[in-house]
Amino acid sequence: MSKSRNLALALAVAAAAPAAAEPLGIGREAHPEELAAWDVKIMPDGRGLPEGSGDVMTGEEKYLLHCAACHGDFAEGLGNWPKLAGGMDTLDRRDPVKTVGSYWPYLSTVWDYVHRSMPFGQAQVLTADETYAITAYILFSNFLVEDDFVLSRDNFLEVEMPNADGFIVDDRDETEYPGFTGEPCMENCKEEVEITMRASILDVTPNDPNDDAPANSEDAAVEESSEDPPAGESGTEPPVEEAAAEDAPAEPAADDEASSMAAADAAPDPELVAAGEKVFAKCKACHMVGDDAKNRVGPALNGVVGRAAGEVEDFRYSPALAEAGASGMVWDDENLHGFLADPRGFVPKNKMSFAGLRTSEEIDAVIAYLRTHP
Amino acid sequence: MSANSATTSRRGILRAGLAAGVALPAAALSARAQGGPDPLITEVQDWARYTGEGVDETPYGLPIRFESDVVRRNVPWLTADPISSINFTPIHALDGTITPAGCAFERHHSGAIELAKPDYRLMINGLVDRPLVFTYEDLERFPRVSGIYFCECAANTGMEWAGAQLNGSQFTHGMIHNMEYVGVSLKTLLDEAGIKPEGKWIYVEGADASSNGRSIPIEKALDDCMVAFKANGEALRKEHGYPARLVVPGWEGNLWVKWLRRIEVTDGPVESREETSKYTDTLDNGISRKWTWVMDAKSVVTAPSPQVPITHGKGPLVITGLAWSGRGAISRVDVSTDGGKTWKTARLAAPGQPMQMTRFWLDHDWDGSEMLLQSRAMDETGYVQPTKTALREIRGENSVYHNNCIQTWWVRADGSAENVEVS
Repeated sequence: MSKSRNLALALAVAAAAPAAAEPLGIGREAHPEELAAWDVKIMPDGRGLPEGSGDVMTGEEKYLLHCAACHGDFAEGLGNWPKLAGGMDTLDRRDPVKTVGSYWPYLSTVWDYVHRSMPFGQAQVLTADETYAITAYILFSNFLVEDDFVLSRDNFLEVEMPNADGFIVDDRDETEYPGFTGEPCMENCKEEVEITMRASILDVTPNDPNDDAPANSEDAAVEESSEDPPAGESGTEPPVEEAAAEDAPAEPAADDEASSMAAADAAPDPELVAAGEKVFAKCKACHMVGDDAKNRVGPALNGVVGRAAGEVEDFRYSPALAEAGASGMVWDDENLHGFLADPRGFVPKNKMSFAGLRTSEEIDAVIAYLRTHP
Repeated sequence: MSANSATTSRRGILRAGLAAGVALPAAALSARAQGGPDPLITEVQDWARYTGEGVDETPYGLPIRFESDVVRRNVPWLTADPISSINFTPIHALDGTITPAGCAFERHHSGAIELAKPDYRLMINGLVDRPLVFTYEDLERFPRVSGIYFCECAANTGMEWAGAQLNGSQFTHGMIHNMEYVGVSLKTLLDEAGIKPEGKWIYVEGADASSNGRSIPIEKALDDCMVAFKANGEALRKEHGYPARLVVPGWEGNLWVKWLRRIEVTDGPVESREETSKYTDTLDNGISRKWTWVMDAKSVVTAPSPQVPITHGKGPLVITGLAWSGRGAISRVDVSTDGGKTWKTARLAAPGQPMQMTRFWLDHDWDGSEMLLQSRAMDETGYVQPTKTALREIRGENSVYHNNCIQTWWVRADGSAENVEVS
């Protein structure tokens, strides 16, 4: 390993470590069920892949439901969300476009990540078959397979990733460290110094927080530049969100909902509203509510209770929800209950990729909370 | 004090306080401008007469309100969404080396989760003799280690590759913090499970929805890594991985997995999303480096800088900054005021320590003319922090991560400063 020099160095200066000893007998053996639940990683050689398969057409359907809200209908990436397709032959050009097709060296990474951490805000809801199908669709949208392709464990390694040979192991040891090592110049190091670029020309620095300038003044610029950040984004991008999806199952926020009274028009019950705010953590990956609420993956929810469906300005609704609104559906208590219990069953083909809240008490609470944001 | 002014009524105190609060600053300024006696000294101030807050006013304190601008800041256009995003440590306003946890930068891939100690489990599995599960209480029973380490996001200064972009050391260099950790050596935990001979790597992942899995070679895992549960003396903050995170000294922050829930011993790297599609470095020819874990030596003048202009005019000026290296201790920092033509060696607040931040100061007599301020770190390997031009010659301009170039602030005669690039 080329890192050995650094390691040796680190070792030489390591602080006093506890003496190596026999096992202390702390902890307990992991159960097979526990290992199966948590050890879901897929190795580059396909180890860890479960039985199953999925075809491109099924993948498209699942993709539109679970992924397109951020990644675009054609995997082109909306706003600042990652592009999953395209960018072939751009890696040696200015501003390379790094997608699954143009950049990712292993298909195992796609399967692993989609299955483990997507959809954003709803991790670990996809079955093995759905994951094979979505992976197949992403390959198709990169023109790497035909539309009749079926991906399974058996043919997984036969898919050739275009940039599989595009990586080398860190070579700074050879290419940089020798040239950057030695006694540096202290006097007369150069004759002239000129300013060649100034930050004020781009002026992308956020305002001083003390100016109380409305945050909105920046937003326009932000939206515009988000498509193409001035100098290569920080490499920060969206994976998943909130532990809510898996860590808050049956006994979630509503556990202190002693007040299971359905929210009414009367004064809001503070306990119910507080419980609703906790439930809303599950919605936050996609929806904002409150003073500065903006549309994100989902529309801003200020005033949603009592409003007609599909009405938030500038939000791109699914045809299904837009039609529901046009035909007179209003987000009253009953419709909200139906929708939040089973979003896809209540308005088929809408694009909210959320499985639904589990209990009526949770729904009452979150409606009460939303009511406090008229 | 006369009897009639010695009122102790609530209203009396309020009135006195209000009057003084409005009148004094102006009086203080004008007196100072005229060179006369300073009323802050000649007149009895409220704080010298009335009592302050009692001891229980703030059971866990925040900085005084006058410092409310010293906070983490976000750059909204960087990312699609604040849940998977990063913010920046206000290094421009700090001094010394330890970063207070409350303003130490955050980077989440799926938001900062709330994971209670009773709900915490850590699994060690894979190529081990005994796959084990630990509770949080279990972790506290192992022999402890401690250490001060910087944690720098590989993308720190990444926005500056193509050109000077953000005005302030907080934004150009603030994806870093430096804290004192207490926890258990990763080696101790791995020994408890017993590593099989074919175990060459570990794969570490978090309990959050992103999992942020990363592969680490076993040599590093057994060397100086730590499963930490305390930082700067207190429990880790939620945003830093409460109740336990991995500490990987000198290596990029993305490896410091938060809410650590699983360590698997493997025979090879997993090649996860975070170590293939991200945290790799594309060179000019389209080939990309992977496994660029080590953070090379780097430094920055934190003040004066765009957020901290010089307000006192010419004369004595403290130039202060930070230096660090993932390959060992900082041995020296040089500072230039003329864009790199000449350099002076700065004072280190304390001798450099491996993988820790080092504070440097240059006590400068400013003549009031404009400066091109730079700092240049050296570490114990003899490595010298390079210029951006030198890095671009090797890597091209499509890199994002691992930009450790020399930073330039253009300080003008009026004391204001701007982020610039120089020839």
